[in-house]
Amino acid sequence: MALAYTPGLKVKASTTIRAVRRLPILGEVLVAQGGTVEFDTAVARTSVPGGVEIVKLVYLLGVDPEDVGRYMRRKVGDKVEKGDVIAEKKGFLGMFRSVAKSPTSGVVQQVSELTGQVTIAEAPVPIEVMAYIPGQVEKVLPSEGVIIRTNAALIQGIFGLGGETHGPVVLAVRSPDEVLTVDKIRDEHGGKIIVGGSLVTVEALRRCVSLGVKGVVVGGIEDKDLSDFLGYEIGVAITGHENVGLTLIITEGFGKMRMSDRTFSLLKRLEGKEAAINGATQIRAGVIRPEIIVPQPEPERGADDFDVPSKGMEPGMAVRIIRDPDFGKIGKIVSLPVELQVVETESPVRVLRVELEDGRTVVVPRADVEIIEE
Amino acid sequence: MGDLATSLDPEKIQVILATDCGSTTSKARFFKKIKNEYRFVCAGEAPTTVEAPYEDVTLGVRNAVREVEELIGHRLLSENGIIDKRIDDKTGIDLYVTTSSAGGGLQMMVAGVVMTMTAESAERAALGAGAIVMDIIAVNDGRRLHEKIEIMRHLRPDMILVAGGTDGGDTEHVIQTVEVIRTAEPRARLGAGYQLPIVYAGNRRARRQVEEILGSKFALTIVDNIRPVLELENSEPAREAIHELFMEHVMSHAPGYNKLMKWTPIPIMPTPAAEGRMFRTLAERRQINVIGVGLGGATTNVYSMYDGKFVRTVSANLGMSYSICNVLRSAGLQNITRWLPFDVDEVKIRNVLRNKMIRPTTIPRTIDELVTEHAVAREALRLGFEHHKLLARGLRGIRIQRTIADIFDQRSFVETYIDMMHVHMIAGTGGLLSHAPRRAQTALALIDGFLPEGVTRLAQDSVFMMPHLGVLSTVHPTAALEIFEKDCLVRMGTCIAVKGRAGEGLDALKLTAVMPDGSTVQKSLKFGEIDQIPLAEGMRATVEIEPAKELDVGAGLGKPLKTDVEGGVVGLILDARGRPLILPEDSKERRRRLLRWFSALDAYPKDAIERYGQDLGEPVKESEQEKGS
Repeated sequence: MALAYTPGLKVKASTTIRAVRRLPILGEVLVAQGGTVEFDTAVARTSVPGGVEIVKLVYLLGVDPEDVGRYMRRKVGDKVEKGDVIAEKKGFLGMFRSVAKSPTSGVVQQVSELTGQVTIAEAPVPIEVMAYIPGQVEKVLPSEGVIIRTNAALIQGIFGLGGETHGPVVLAVRSPDEVLTVDKIRDEHGGKIIVGGSLVTVEALRRCVSLGVKGVVVGGIEDKDLSDFLGYEIGVAITGHENVGLTLIITEGFGKMRMSDRTFSLLKRLEGKEAAINGATQIRAGVIRPEIIVPQPEPERGADDFDVPSKGMEPGMAVRIIRDPDFGKIGKIVSLPVELQVVETESPVRVLRVELEDGRTVVVPRADVEIIEE
Repeated sequence: MGDLATSLDPEKIQVILATDCGSTTSKARFFKKIKNEYRFVCAGEAPTTVEAPYEDVTLGVRNAVREVEELIGHRLLSENGIIDKRIDDKTGIDLYVTTSSAGGGLQMMVAGVVMTMTAESAERAALGAGAIVMDIIAVNDGRRLHEKIEIMRHLRPDMILVAGGTDGGDTEHVIQTVEVIRTAEPRARLGAGYQLPIVYAGNRRARRQVEEILGSKFALTIVDNIRPVLELENSEPAREAIHELFMEHVMSHAPGYNKLMKWTPIPIMPTPAAEGRMFRTLAERRQINVIGVGLGGATTNVYSMYDGKFVRTVSANLGMSYSICNVLRSAGLQNITRWLPFDVDEVKIRNVLRNKMIRPTTIPRTIDELVTEHAVAREALRLGFEHHKLLARGLRGIRIQRTIADIFDQRSFVETYIDMMHVHMIAGTGGLLSHAPRRAQTALALIDGFLPEGVTRLAQDSVFMMPHLGVLSTVHPTAALEIFEKDCLVRMGTCIAVKGRAGEGLDALKLTAVMPDGSTVQKSLKFGEIDQIPLAEGMRATVEIEPAKELDVGAGLGKPLKTDVEGGVVGLILDARGRPLILPEDSKERRRRLLRWFSALDAYPKDAIERYGQDLGEPVKESEQEKGS
């Protein structure tokens, strides 16, 4: 594929970020264009429909569907409390009275004379959308939300768990190949986002949860440990809603994987600063990768524009190999032969020649590298 | 658009461009009339651009088409689209067609009254139209009404198909279902402000009430009942309505599709619908029973055309990249590793599969990883086919007169009607199957995944163009079929497999083949073995097969069968491993057996087989000598 390449995960010390903060259904925007917001500023609010209970009057009162209106004691739109009588049928001479009570508190939403059912809608559930990152309201999307613009350091992970949170960044290891074991998790890590090296163990994660650590950013995790921590096995990579007590971001992949030097050194420089993180990952139909965003002052020369699509591969570019053998190794593109080449599997594929940091030159399928974005 | 399509003059069409916008890759295929026949000329591929930051599917299409332009030096792109008129031999085209599954394809919910009757018919119709069925709502689905409402709100389908009741029958339950939908008020996945399309294909008597309940809040289309009477399933009107709504409501809200729709005079088809159309055509033209499979990165589509009945199923979360870990979860690690000829480090294998899931476009560079992906493929095929058999079965709810003989028949009336002994061909498409370095790898994966019995032909899509030909066949069937036969369908050969079990190492099968040159080849296989006889594509041989008394190849237990067989790039595959296929529990014995099978079909490079053999401490050469020669 002439234009096929795997865009690299972004590791940028300074870039412009535009966060679209949208309500799931229409509602009210709470901030104005040009305003300033903090991590926890509510920017929009709405209510989602509450639960619904259905009362089958035909069975409860023993009446025909088309007659239920006659027996209703409450009309559509009326508020009811749990246990209130909503319909009543008096028997012969007032005896054998049968009643239907509301199974929940809410509003009578519908009375159907086709099925003889009454629908009680519970009170709407209010929801708010937070700013998530501090910055300026660049645009208001009427009734929907806002776009917040900020300058920040941005690190994308490859896979994550858990949703949005924020806290100060702190390193729990000294080097990117160190394993984040349980003994490295200290009491003062509570409320913080801690950075590990090549691997985190399930024991370490459990201790993080018990201490109230907000997030863990680390190079790798064994799949078995991830399943143990979650309590189930993930089938498809759509994450972000797990309720596991913290947000986890894996920067390299599964197994013991040294965190890339670039990522580790940037996180080291950001130590002590407040970061917004989100573990949400969606690989199919709209790639969403987990992210670490640390707001930074605007640089004088202006930040990179995050929205510009990356260009394709060229000789001299830095790439990382993302499949065995040589998984995780970094090198520079030497050449991009046009003709197909046969690899060990005997597949004829488009390849590139990469000079690795250890001096070796290897031939790798183009599909098996990602660009390290400068 | 439709007018233009019908006004096309097939005779004047010489140059055709077809694209498929997949969830990951947009694939362009260039076809041309060369010396009075239509042929495939060239392929181009590029990443699909339906998502941010591009959000315009036509960019990916243009990139894929540009690769074709570069490779063959034929100008196809204008500044704003495709050059849709042939200007000279090197510029423009006569026809452009496309399919799409980008952005998740067509995602539907279906609703019916009884789970195993109208809801199942609705599910079959939606799947047949190329949809992914996200959930099935029925009065007896075991969930409470508020749970159904929550699911509908949460899932946000592209469309809902509602069935229920026979014509003139009771309307209460179908109306109850419709009222639940109105209460839930599910929002469409794409396009914030537009009405969710609903197709009503239930009891005619309820139409007026359905219109009253849903008409103002949804884009309602009413079609003929899918089960007018219990004994009949009439899915075509619902299927057609789904296709129309797919274009009008779903595609028009996906990024860039408004533009793409203007580039082609032919309605955009969902990829699986187009793919299914070609499998169906294949079966109809040859008048045979065919099982087809599209093994993709996200989904596994299985198609069967059996005794004139066409069924398509999609296993939405079984696939070879995005969904690879769902195969792991559904099949279990042991079922995957049973196909591996090397010592397995469980932790490592799990990590390898997870890493494929998070970087789905990577391809194996080592034989170990290739064999691992093929192991997963076997399980995806097996599970996909199991799912398929749940829908490929007779209509339920019908009163069946049972005889004494039926009572002694072990099969239940709800069991699938597909009898593998009467499946004449298994054909596969999709990245892994089409791009396997050796065709024998695809053949073996299809055999192990589907377990054919008796005499079954094997075929595959050469470079993934069945969807392209499927949509092309709607306007130019001649071109589609010529290309299909000459350039798309790779005949891999014929599998001859014994049904039943016999003692390990005992005689299982004797075969005498009269080859095209008149020579005779004889083979004897012990139970548990597999072997191969070269017979080139386009060649035929006459074989006489004598199974052991416990085994059947199509004529009955122990009865000989004489028949003609077709050759192919792999040849004749003799499978004496028995059905069901049981792999040895002992790990070493199992690995030794796998190596024999791989080696017999020359499925993987010799040095890799030898390396695996050495790891076992038993060089494969010795095993080959042991083999029933």
